Amino acid sequence: MTGLSRLTGSEFRLMFRDPGVFFVLGIPILLVLIFGLIPAMSSPSPDFGGGRFIDYYVPVLVTMIIAMLSLNVLAGVLGTYRERGVLRRLGVTPVRPAALLMAQALVNLAVLLAMTVALLLIANLAFDVPMPRQLPGFLLALVLSIGAMFGLGLVIAALAPNGKAANGIGTVLFFPLGFLAGLWTPGPLMPSAIRHIADFSPLGAGVQAMQRAWDGSFPEPLHLIVLVAYTAGLGFLAAKVFRWD
Amino acid sequence: MASPTPGVRSDGFDTQWRINSVAVSRTTNFRGVSPVAVIEVSNLRKKYGEHIAVDDVSFTVERGEIFGILGPNGAGKTTTVECVEGLRPADGGTISVLGMRPQDVRERVGVQLQTSQLPEKMRVREAMDLFASFYPRPADGAKLLDDLGLTAKRDARYKDLSGGQQQRLAIALALVGDPEIAFLDELTTGLDPQARRDTWQLIEGVRDRGVTVVLVTHFMEEAERLCDRLALVDSGRIVAIDTPAGLVSRVDGGGQRLRFRPSVSFPDSLLTALPEVTGIARTASQVVVSGNGNLLQAVSAALTAHNVVALDLRVEQTNLEDAFMALTGRELEGE
Repeated sequence: MTGLSRLTGSEFRLMFRDPGVFFVLGIPILLVLIFGLIPAMSSPSPDFGGGRFIDYYVPVLVTMIIAMLSLNVLAGVLGTYRERGVLRRLGVTPVRPAALLMAQALVNLAVLLAMTVALLLIANLAFDVPMPRQLPGFLLALVLSIGAMFGLGLVIAALAPNGKAANGIGTVLFFPLGFLAGLWTPGPLMPSAIRHIADFSPLGAGVQAMQRAWDGSFPEPLHLIVLVAYTAGLGFLAAKVFRWD
Repeated sequence: MASPTPGVRSDGFDTQWRINSVAVSRTTNFRGVSPVAVIEVSNLRKKYGEHIAVDDVSFTVERGEIFGILGPNGAGKTTTVECVEGLRPADGGTISVLGMRPQDVRERVGVQLQTSQLPEKMRVREAMDLFASFYPRPADGAKLLDDLGLTAKRDARYKDLSGGQQQRLAIALALVGDPEIAFLDELTTGLDPQARRDTWQLIEGVRDRGVTVVLVTHFMEEAERLCDRLALVDSGRIVAIDTPAGLVSRVDGGGQRLRFRPSVSFPDSLLTALPEVTGIARTASQVVVSGNGNLLQAVSAALTAHNVVALDLRVEQTNLEDAFMALTGRELEGE
C-alpha cells in the first residue's frame, strides 16, 4: 500500500510524543510489579486452588494492555484524525486514508506485542510466573482478542463525533469490559454467575482462552467462537459505519 | 513570508523546475500554443438530501491558467471542487481531469482543502517529508518552505503555528507533489494583508511554472488580481464565465461611477444628455452617475456650467462585486 511504511513511521513518532502513552505503557507493568511484590499475592493461596493471585492476574493484565491501546489510543487518535480532516486530506493524495488506519493499527499492534512480551518476561523472571504452556493456543487467543478489541476501537472512532468523545466512550467501556475480564476478581475469584456473562464479552472470553493456554490446554471452542464473532461483527460494522470526514 | 522582491519570485521555482526536466516538457510545450483543457466538467450535479448544492455546472479549465470559482459562501463552490478533486461522488454529470477520472490522477494533482488540519504534534519538516513521499517526483520541500516563509518554523509543531502559518503550510503541502494542477480553496483566509499579497505573488509564480491553478474564493480582490478566467457561482449554478475584465465590462460597459451630493438640485437631463453618461440614480442625498470614457471631466464641466457644486465627490471603478450584483441581484461578500 502506497505510503504505508512512511505513515507507520510517522505515526510511531507522533504516538511517543503524547505523554499519555507512557501512562498506558506503565500501568500494566506497574501492576505486575506491585502484585508481585505483595507477599500475599505472590504466594500460594487456597482461594486459587493452591495457585497464586499473580498467576491468574498476568492474563488479565494482557487483556488490559489490549483494551487500553484499542479503546484509548486507537479510537482516540482516529477519532481526532477524522475530526481534524486529516483523513480527508490524505484522501486527495495518492495515499488512501485506509493506509492511515492500517498504520495506526500496526503501531498499536507493535506496541502491544512489545508490552506483552515485557510483561511476561518481568512476571516470569521476577516472580516465577510460568510462560503460557500451550503457546499456539495462547497466540491464537491473543490475536483474536486484539482483533475483537481493534474492531471495537474502530467502531468507536467511527461513531464518536470527535477525538475527545472517542476517548470518553473508550474510557467508559474500559470499566465494564475490564470487570468482565476479571480486573477486580481474577480467575477463580469471579462469581460464577458473572463468569457466564463474561464468557460472552470480548475480554472475558479472551482472558479465559489465554488462561486455559497458560494452564497447558487448548482454549475452549466457546471462547474462540465468541472472539471470532466479535472480530468479524465489529470489523464489518466498522467498515459499514466508518466515515472519512 | 515569501520575499517580495520581484527577481526572487520569478526565479524562485526555476532551480527546481530545471531538475524536473520531464515536467518542464510536459507542461511548457503546451503553454501558449493552443488552449488545452486539463479539466472538463459537464452537467455536474450534487445534492445533500433535498438541498441541491451544485446544479448543472459545466466548465473547462485550460492548461496553465488560473481559473477562479467566485461566489458567496454556500454557493456550492467547495462542493464543486471537491467533486472535481474526487473527494465527493457526483450525483450526475461527468468530470474529466487530465483526461482521466479524478481518483486516477491524484499523483498529478495538489490540493489545499478549506478545512483540514494536521496532527497537533507533527512538525512542519515532517509533514513536508511525509507528503513528499507520497508522490513519484516531489518538489524541493526546503525551497517551498522558503518561498512560503516557513523555513524558520521547520521544526515547529503544527499546533504551535499561527493560523496564517498553518494556511501557508497547507499551500506548501498542496505543491509538494509538484502537481500539474493545484486546487486551492480559500487560500488566503486567515492571512493578514501582507501575507495575503505575498501568497498571491507565490501563486502567480506557481502559474508561471506552468501549473494550472483552480482557485476557490469568495474574495473579490483575490479573484480580480489572480484569475485569468472566472466562473461566477450563485446558488449552485454558474451565472457567467469570463475574464475578470470581461465580466466587469458586462456592467455598464465596465465603466465608472461618480457619487456625489449636489449643492443645489438639478434635472437628470442635464447629465443624461452627455454621451459619456449611461445612467443616473438618486438616493436620499446622493446622486450616482454611471458611464465611461472621460466621465469625471464631462460631468464636472456640465455641473460647473450650471453652478452645481458636487460635494463629497467619489469616483468608483466598476468591479467584480458590481458584476456579481448585476448578474445575480445579490451581494458577493455578504458577511
